[in-house]
Amino acid sequence: MTIRPILSSLSRNKFGAVLIATQIAITLGFLANALAIVEYRLSWSSRPSGMDEANLFSISSDSVDHPADLAARVHTDLATLRALPGVVDAFADYGYPFSGGGWISSVNLTVDQKTETTETAVYLADEHALSALGVHLIAGRNFTADEITDRREGDKPTPDVLIVTKTLADRLFPAGNALGQTIYVTSDQPERIIGIVDRLQAPVIEANGATSTIAEHSVLGPYRPIDERSDYLVRVTPGQLDAVMKSAEKALLTLNGDRILRIRSMEERRRTAYRGDHGLVVLLISVCTALVAVTGFGIVGLTSYWVTQRRQQIGIRRALGATRRDIVAYFQTENLLIAGLGAAAGVLLAIALNLWLVGSFEMVRMPGRYALIGAAIMLILGQLAVLWPARRAASIPPALATRGG
Amino acid sequence: MFNYYCRLALSSLKRNAVLTTLMIVVIGVGIGASMTALTVFRAMSGDPIPAKSQRLFAPQIQSRRPDDRDRAGEDGVQVSVSYIDAMAWMQARAAYRQTALYATTLSVRPVEPRQKPFKATVRVVYTDFFPMFDVPFLFGSAWRAADDESHSAVVVLTREMNDQLFGGKNSVGKTIRLDDESYTVVGVLSDWLPIPRFYDLQIVPFGVGDQMFIPFTRAIERQMVVSGNTSCSGDGGSAFPNILRSNCIWLQFWVELRTPEEIAKYRLYLSNYASEQQRTGRYPWAPHTQLRNVTQWLSYRHVVPNEVDLLVLLAFGFLFICLLNATGLILAKLMSRAGDIGVRRALGASRGAIIYQCLVETAMIGLSGGALGLLLTALGLAVARALLSKDFVTLATLDFADIGIAILLAVGATLLAGLYPTWRAARVQPAWQLKAK
Repeated sequence: MTIRPILSSLSRNKFGAVLIATQIAITLGFLANALAIVEYRLSWSSRPSGMDEANLFSISSDSVDHPADLAARVHTDLATLRALPGVVDAFADYGYPFSGGGWISSVNLTVDQKTETTETAVYLADEHALSALGVHLIAGRNFTADEITDRREGDKPTPDVLIVTKTLADRLFPAGNALGQTIYVTSDQPERIIGIVDRLQAPVIEANGATSTIAEHSVLGPYRPIDERSDYLVRVTPGQLDAVMKSAEKALLTLNGDRILRIRSMEERRRTAYRGDHGLVVLLISVCTALVAVTGFGIVGLTSYWVTQRRQQIGIRRALGATRRDIVAYFQTENLLIAGLGAAAGVLLAIALNLWLVGSFEMVRMPGRYALIGAAIMLILGQLAVLWPARRAASIPPALATRGG
Repeated sequence: MFNYYCRLALSSLKRNAVLTTLMIVVIGVGIGASMTALTVFRAMSGDPIPAKSQRLFAPQIQSRRPDDRDRAGEDGVQVSVSYIDAMAWMQARAAYRQTALYATTLSVRPVEPRQKPFKATVRVVYTDFFPMFDVPFLFGSAWRAADDESHSAVVVLTREMNDQLFGGKNSVGKTIRLDDESYTVVGVLSDWLPIPRFYDLQIVPFGVGDQMFIPFTRAIERQMVVSGNTSCSGDGGSAFPNILRSNCIWLQFWVELRTPEEIAKYRLYLSNYASEQQRTGRYPWAPHTQLRNVTQWLSYRHVVPNEVDLLVLLAFGFLFICLLNATGLILAKLMSRAGDIGVRRALGASRGAIIYQCLVETAMIGLSGGALGLLLTALGLAVARALLSKDFVTLATLDFADIGIAILLAVGATLLAGLYPTWRAARVQPAWQLKAK
């Protein structure tokens, strides 16, 4: 199969060829970036939280009656929850992964630092927190009961011990000697790192922007939050979630009915938190599918038109001895040339578009492989789209040449 | 002549049904995608208060060191204000109307004993808020200025809250229990939900709004906790009473200014106020104040999420692809009838007549594509509402303007796509076509 006759025929049909190449280039530009965004949002929204999510639920309680002794109520609530059959452990938290907002604080290595070292989420946690969350301690120890203090809204914290996530520990002490070091979080009192957990997400759900860079930075402070509103996290033995969620609500209402309870499983919280990401993924995938389909149909349409236009020439070629395969190969090679040109332009367009998106939308960089995957998809699409019109062309009888159209 | 061309176009479109359907689908899908994105975008970036967006202003003052970007907009000025500044501005009464505001959450104990207590979002404002923002009343009215001064326990309910608590009856004069204290209902709003909620963008600006309103002075007296961001920057804790005496920033402030003179006067007042703060050493850096109206405020605060911008971009890129495609298809369509055109030309039709005929045919495709596009848009919006979080797409519904835009876009774009094919058709040589037959 020689390329020359194809080129000469193309030069007579420049407009159509340019049309197809442009479509392929633009489709590729969008497709590659969309794929990169889809991949990033999927991995962002499915990254592990560090918690035993399948067996966790949260129960928030707002008091309506303003009890005089808030601390007593929290203590009783917790004792009741922990005593329920099927409960592994429970604690009163203050913000949790997926909450989308919480306490974010600067972290410093020295007391009089001008610019902060980094930022971290701060969770309040008593000695039950680690087992209630199901996070794994990989170094050091847990809090002891006598290290925990009750903390009311507006109290200035002065903790002297902290548990941090591995990511934060490595960020602060790249040498890996974080355990036992002192850092400054939220206050100008030195705080000693007594434990390191392998993973615990910060309550950051925005996939882009400044906070997404500290999404694995968490600190646990040895406090039990005492407030009009309490959020309890309860971990159950596997399979008991639904049953315990019901019995927990009943138990708390029996203790005190004058409160507003909200109960949600951790899996539901994850779904809610990343609903926007999943929506965007579905939307991008459907728009891209439509885009690819439209481009494919465009190729089918234009190639069919060319086939109709060249019926007579094809008949002559057939009469002169070209096989059906030769005719199909002709259109396939032609499409490969056009699509190849379009794909080359598309790769450049995809990169340019990505640079612009990174600059103006805080988007993540697109890995180069997506442009190549996109180019491959476009070339395959072109070959598939051209198949039907090419087959039709191949079925043109050689006798047509003698009939004169 | 127009009718004749319409008949010609119809018969031509029927003759090649596959190609015609393909064209209509391609244009319809393109219009559907771009209109869906555009409708969401328009709903989110619309003017929430058209009658007054040029008269309502948010004053700002630099309340952190210039190198501290805490709660700062892109110009480095903080987007919330401290209690001390807000109170100074309230007392100065330098604007026609003014209000400081914030949101809190209170527990509501319903009047009906069998209803459970629940939490409500309560907007804390001065009485100027209601006339300033053209808030419509169904029953009763705003509280009096005297209620602001005396920290009265009065409340204005939204229509939904009144429906829930009082079954939609006129509840003015009745009392409700908020955080276990009695409040007298003085007014009930009729439907009012500015999108986006421009006056406080700290909490989800597109979601369900405030459910009731109580006097600012009352909320401060009862130390009602802020729902939203409180930023203290090493200035004590973010709890009462510290946030009343520190430079913690947590309030929104709005003023109404009616004339350019009032605006100029208020700007002067603000910059004098900032200079005064520099002199007293409260804000020792160079004074920096801003006064933005609603339109400027929304663009300054980047209310429309990046994702929506991105979708609009994607959708119009998609429309462009569809049009390129339509161009190819129309070209194939028209040129497959080069013979007919040749005959018409030979029988004396002018080039203009051919162009006219082709444009009529193209416009018909455009109209059908537009109609399909509208259907797809309705579908697309339903899907978008189901997929994206509620705060994304609250009121994104099709209105008459959208329908007009869709039809215009479809016909305009299709005609544009048909220009080159039409030009090619008009250049068909009558003699050549006849010879080939």
